[in-house]
Amino acid sequence: MSGLEGLYQEIILDQAKRRNGEGELPDATSQHHELNPSCGDELTMRIRLDPAHERIEDLAWEGDGCSISMASASVLAEAVRGMRVADALALTESFREMLRSKGRGEPDVEVLGDAVAFHGVSKYVMRVKCAMLAWVALEAAIAKAPPAG
Amino acid sequence: MLPHAHETVGGRPVTDIRRDFPAFDAPAERAYLDSAATSQRPRRVLDAERDYLEHHLAAVHRGTSAAVGESTSRFEEARDDVARFVGAGDRELVWAENATDALNIVALGMADASAGLGGHEATRFALGPGDEIVITEAEHHANLIPWQRLAARTGARLVPVRVDERGVWSLDAMADAITDRTRVVAFAEVSNVTGFIAPVAEVAELAHRRNALVVLDACQSVPHRQVDFGAQGVDFAAFSGHKMLGPNGIGALFGRAELLDALPPARTGGSTITVVTLESAEFLPSPHRFEAGTQPVSQVVALAEAVRYLDEIGMTAVAEHEQAFAERVLDGLAAVPGVRVLGPSRGEARAGLVSVAVDGVHAHDIGQFLDDAGVDVRTGHHCAQPLHRALGITSSTRASSHVYTSLDEADRFVAALMDARRFFGVAEEVSV
Repeated sequence: MSGLEGLYQEIILDQAKRRNGEGELPDATSQHHELNPSCGDELTMRIRLDPAHERIEDLAWEGDGCSISMASASVLAEAVRGMRVADALALTESFREMLRSKGRGEPDVEVLGDAVAFHGVSKYVMRVKCAMLAWVALEAAIAKAPPAG
Repeated sequence: MLPHAHETVGGRPVTDIRRDFPAFDAPAERAYLDSAATSQRPRRVLDAERDYLEHHLAAVHRGTSAAVGESTSRFEEARDDVARFVGAGDRELVWAENATDALNIVALGMADASAGLGGHEATRFALGPGDEIVITEAEHHANLIPWQRLAARTGARLVPVRVDERGVWSLDAMADAITDRTRVVAFAEVSNVTGFIAPVAEVAELAHRRNALVVLDACQSVPHRQVDFGAQGVDFAAFSGHKMLGPNGIGALFGRAELLDALPPARTGGSTITVVTLESAEFLPSPHRFEAGTQPVSQVVALAEAVRYLDEIGMTAVAEHEQAFAERVLDGLAAVPGVRVLGPSRGEARAGLVSVAVDGVHAHDIGQFLDDAGVDVRTGHHCAQPLHRALGITSSTRASSHVYTSLDEADRFVAALMDARRFFGVAEEVSV
C-alpha cells in the first residue's frame, strides 16, 4: 500500500462523506468547541449523559475540516454512542496511543474497531491533530459535564 | 521534468538560473511552488554569508580596530544596496528580524508615542479615542494584529475595508474608509493569498490628503516586482529577506527619514543612544535608534548579495516571468470544473501566485495528495483568517513562484489537482 492509500484508506474516505453523528443535540449535558489553529479545522462536540452520568446516551457534532478530521468524528460517533463514559475515555486513550506510534506496531482491532483505519495517519505527524480533533473535543465535553443529579 | 529550454528570465534560460540554486542540484523530482512562504537561495548568497563569517567577522559599530571599520563598512554598504533596491534614501532603511518585526516597530512606536514617550516630535504618532486605523479584510495577520493591539492600547478604532467575493478590495471602498479621523492606512501591496496588486500610489494620495500615514506590507512585492517606496509615496514599508532569495532572520523597515527620526524606538538598549544617564536616555537619529543590540551582520551581508542577484536579472523580468507562471496555472485550471480560483479574474493584473479552493475537498487533503505527487504547495489559511472567512472557506491551496520556477511546474500543479479531485471522488466521470 503506497503512503497515500495507507493514509486515506477507503473506510476514511467513506466515513468522511457519511459524517455519522453530525448534527445538533438540543438536550445536551455538555459541549465543547475545539479548534486546530494551524489549519482552521473546528468541531463542536455535544454529549448527553444518563442521569447517573455513567453512560453517553447520545452525542452529536458539528464541524468543518479535512477528510481525516471529519472521518475521525464519524467513527467516534459510531463507536462511542451508548458507551460507558469510562470506556469512552479508555478508547480515546487507545486511539491517541495508536496515533503516537509513528506507524509502528499493529493496532488492536478488538479494542479500536473501525478506528484502526487511522493507524496510517500516525506516520504523518502534521495530520495527527486532524485525527485527534473530535476525540479531544469528546474528552473536554466529558470533563465539562456538571456533577450528576 | 526539466524546464522548457526556451523559457528565459531577463535573457537567461530558467534551466541556467536553476543551476545557481543548490536546492535544485538534484534532478527536479519535486516542484517547489511555495516561494511565497519562503524562497530558495542562490549559492552566491549562501557563499556571501559564509565568506563574511570566515573572513570579515568583527563587532560592527563597536570599538576602533581596523577590522571593526571594515566590518562596519560592509554592514552599512549592504544597507545602501538594499535601500537603493527599494527606492529608499539615506537613513531610510532600518534592519528588522523580518516584515512582521518591522510592522511591529511602527505599531509599537506609535503606542509609545500615544503613551507620551518621544517628546514633542512624537506627538504626530499619538493616537487616542476618535482616531481611526484603516486596514483591509485581506491582510496577513502580521499587518492586522499589531494594529488591533495599537487600537486596544490607545482607544483608536480599527476600520476594515471589505473584500468582494473574489477576496479583492476596491479603491472606491478604500476611499470610503479614509476620512478625517483616519490616522493610519495599513495594507499589503500584494496579497499573499489572492495575488491582488494594490494601487499603492492612489491609496497613498487618498491617505495623505487626510494627513494619514501609509504603512505598506511589502512582503510579497519586494521579492517579486520593482518597487520604489519613495516614488509610491508610502511612509513606512516592511519586507522579509527569506522571501527574496536571502537569509532568515533579516528583514527591513523602510520609513521616510523625518518620520523615522521622530518615531520612538519601542525596543531600546545598546547602540541606539547618544547620552545615557541613570535617569534617562537620548536616542540617535534613524536608522540606528531602532537597532538595539548586536545586529545579524552576516544575514545583512547575504541579503545585499540576494538584492544584487535579483538586480542583475532585473525585477521587471522577474515579475513578467512569475506572471507567466500564474497565467499558465489559470489557463490550465480553466478546464477543470469544481475549482474556485481566489483573487483577480483571468486577464486582470495579479502577482505570480494562485490560490484555489476545491469543491468538496479540504485544502489539507489536497496538500497531502500534492505532497505525494511531488508538488510542494502551501495549504491552510496562510495567516489570513479574516480573508478566508469573508470568502466562506477555512483554507485554500496556494501555488507560488519565483525566478527559478518553470512553466512545467505550473502544469504539474494543475495535473496533480485534477488527480486529487479524482482520488477524493469529486471529479465527474468524463469519457475520453
